[in-house]
Amino acid sequence: MADYTMHVLVCGGTGCKASQSELIKLNFQNRLSELGLSDEVQVVMTGCFGFCEKGPIVKILPDNTFYVHVTPEDVTELVEEHIVKGRKVERLLYVDPETQASVHDAKGMEFYKKQVRIALRNCGFINPENIDEYIARDGYAALGSCLLEKTPEETIRIIKDSGLRGRGGGGFPTGLKWEITRKSVSDQKYVVCNADEGDPGAFMDRSILEGDPHSVIEAMAICGYCIGADKGLVYIRAEYPLAVERLKIAIKQAREYGLLGEDIMGSGFNFDIEIRYGAGAFVCGEETALIHSMEGLRGEPTVKPPFPAESGYKGKPTNVNNVETFANIPPIINKGAGWFAAIGTEKSKGTKVFALAGKINNVGLIEVPMGTTLREVIYDIGGGIKDGREFKAVQTGGPSGGCLTKDFLDTPIDYDNLLAAGSMMGSGGMIVMDETDCMVSIAKFYLEFTLDESCGKCAPCRIGNKRLHEILERITEGNGTKEDLDRLRMLSTVIKDASLCGLGQTSPNPVLSTLDHFYDEYLAHVDSKTCPSGQCKALLKYTILEDKCTGCTLCFRNCPVGAISGEKRSPHYIDQSLCIKCGVCYEKCKFDAIIIG
Amino acid sequence: MPKIKLAEKAVDLIREICTKFNNDEGELINVLHQVQSKLGYLPAEVQEVIARELNISVAKVYGVVTFYSFFTMLPKGQHPISVCMGTACYVRGAEQVLSEIKRQLSIEVGETTPDGRFSLSCLRCVGACGLAPVVMVGEKVYGRVSPQQVHKIIAEYKEGCAAEAKTA
Repeated sequence: MADYTMHVLVCGGTGCKASQSELIKLNFQNRLSELGLSDEVQVVMTGCFGFCEKGPIVKILPDNTFYVHVTPEDVTELVEEHIVKGRKVERLLYVDPETQASVHDAKGMEFYKKQVRIALRNCGFINPENIDEYIARDGYAALGSCLLEKTPEETIRIIKDSGLRGRGGGGFPTGLKWEITRKSVSDQKYVVCNADEGDPGAFMDRSILEGDPHSVIEAMAICGYCIGADKGLVYIRAEYPLAVERLKIAIKQAREYGLLGEDIMGSGFNFDIEIRYGAGAFVCGEETALIHSMEGLRGEPTVKPPFPAESGYKGKPTNVNNVETFANIPPIINKGAGWFAAIGTEKSKGTKVFALAGKINNVGLIEVPMGTTLREVIYDIGGGIKDGREFKAVQTGGPSGGCLTKDFLDTPIDYDNLLAAGSMMGSGGMIVMDETDCMVSIAKFYLEFTLDESCGKCAPCRIGNKRLHEILERITEGNGTKEDLDRLRMLSTVIKDASLCGLGQTSPNPVLSTLDHFYDEYLAHVDSKTCPSGQCKALLKYTILEDKCTGCTLCFRNCPVGAISGEKRSPHYIDQSLCIKCGVCYEKCKFDAIIIG
Repeated sequence: MPKIKLAEKAVDLIREICTKFNNDEGELINVLHQVQSKLGYLPAEVQEVIARELNISVAKVYGVVTFYSFFTMLPKGQHPISVCMGTACYVRGAEQVLSEIKRQLSIEVGETTPDGRFSLSCLRCVGACGLAPVVMVGEKVYGRVSPQQVHKIIAEYKEGCAAEAKTA
């Protein structure tokens, strides 16, 4: 192996790849080989760095220099200046938005300071397509120590003591789940990894699989050893081609190294993994629905019990955990239950990965200790709200969660606090909204999603959500009444109580939480027929202020439907019956003479 | 839906895929994935062949095909356009982008333009939330798309078609 003195890490996450990071890597390799430096400088395509807002990202080690928004054209300069002459390229460095100073060492970035990376420990550090790099960072050491030094019971005890809870949303204690599956008697058992991340706006699991697939494989093998299964299945979204590809490569490499297959490390333990593809159904995140989907059926949930731990895939005991949960297992085995349990809050241990998105400056993937406050996440790590706007709400838990207002900014994030606040942890999507977002529309948006994804098996979810959506539609179109608000609440409660699975039981949460926290906004829609944030088109009214209008005719000329009339150099007028509320006049007016009301 | 006649070659291909999965009904979803990736879509006639091969009812195949959003019974356009409607894209204006695309192509979501060039669909989160709102044309990802840019993006492919037509 060549003795590299420098490493160029190019982000190969989906976001950065969409911005030509592959070409950046290629340009680096070509330029370096032209200069005869290929043996000294290694170019690695890593998993997601997390700082997607600033992508494509290139990090140069050992200097730990973090370059942002790099284009393929910048590569020559980076090679000639940084690598050859040792001078950092100032214009591509990350600039701290507070101090306006460029950051020369990634350690100085606020974005990373408050993060603790356990599940994401290798993302952005190693080449996910090279098993040796994973092994060099203690990879497969946990599997080795379990197989050769610990009994399954001892291993389960460690997981139980660590306090790890399922990261897919439910928060069920992982060790306990393993123990129950271990106790089920059967000739065949299965380990299933749920990688069917369907929560819109969330990409935690995908980034782990893209950036560190071996950690999931290792953990699945450990789980197999603990529960007595020799077969693992990864149920993954077909919409994640890059993650599928990297996982396939990783499985192949693990087999070649004897870390999957028969008699692993001479322990007599056999374990192998197969990939199963999802086909785009949110409900398949639910364990029983997922299992049916793997069996080639419609992904409809069934009543629990029996739990998959007793009767799951093909009627055999099956342990289902999500990607992030698995990614936490190897470090817990390596560093001990006490180490993990020391991080987090009383009932929620360890860290949580969140996909931070929406109206926030630093969109990206972050991992923070449980108990971190929303304020720290949104302002310190997230860099605050985009365009200097006002924070309005943060939505956690995706379509099953709720919106939290600024009153909750100082609430420590953990499973129980979020539930108490009317939302939930969910899989980790965190969407930030500002004052221009209409909460009624947001509730409607999530309902649209649920409607689309409801499997239709049980009536409360299939019909109830449809009715909820109709009421919301009515309200956003200006036809709602005050009674509708009561109906929303009543119907929501029924759907929650009577639905069969988690999807239906949580689907009214966005409606209920916005009703609780933004009741005034609902009232404005039904009483005065206005939308305070100006999002509901049907409720908008564009008017021209006579005293400000100069009669420049710009709006008149741009109106697509000819709703504006008036003489040159005298105030114009909008005919409300013709106006389609497209907002073009508002955007075009240079004199702020048009108001939305 | 008009009846289509499957080419012999297509039938053989489906049979081959089914055999690869041991004609096991539990592998239905995997079979559908592979057939769709080869044929582009899964019309009723294709489903009939699959049902026969796996020895299950056509209703069962149809039930699965229509359950999952990834499977389609309609052919896609030459340049399939997908607008991400994940929450991150939604709050950053994906809806306005979508309506602009609908307006310019005069088609609704799930439809294909009469010339077969473009089809339009929505998808839930590409996972490139840092680039929101995101539009995909084929495999190419366009980030931070504004309604004003829609015309330019579509034009790229229209010109492409025109150029192809000239050289052909």
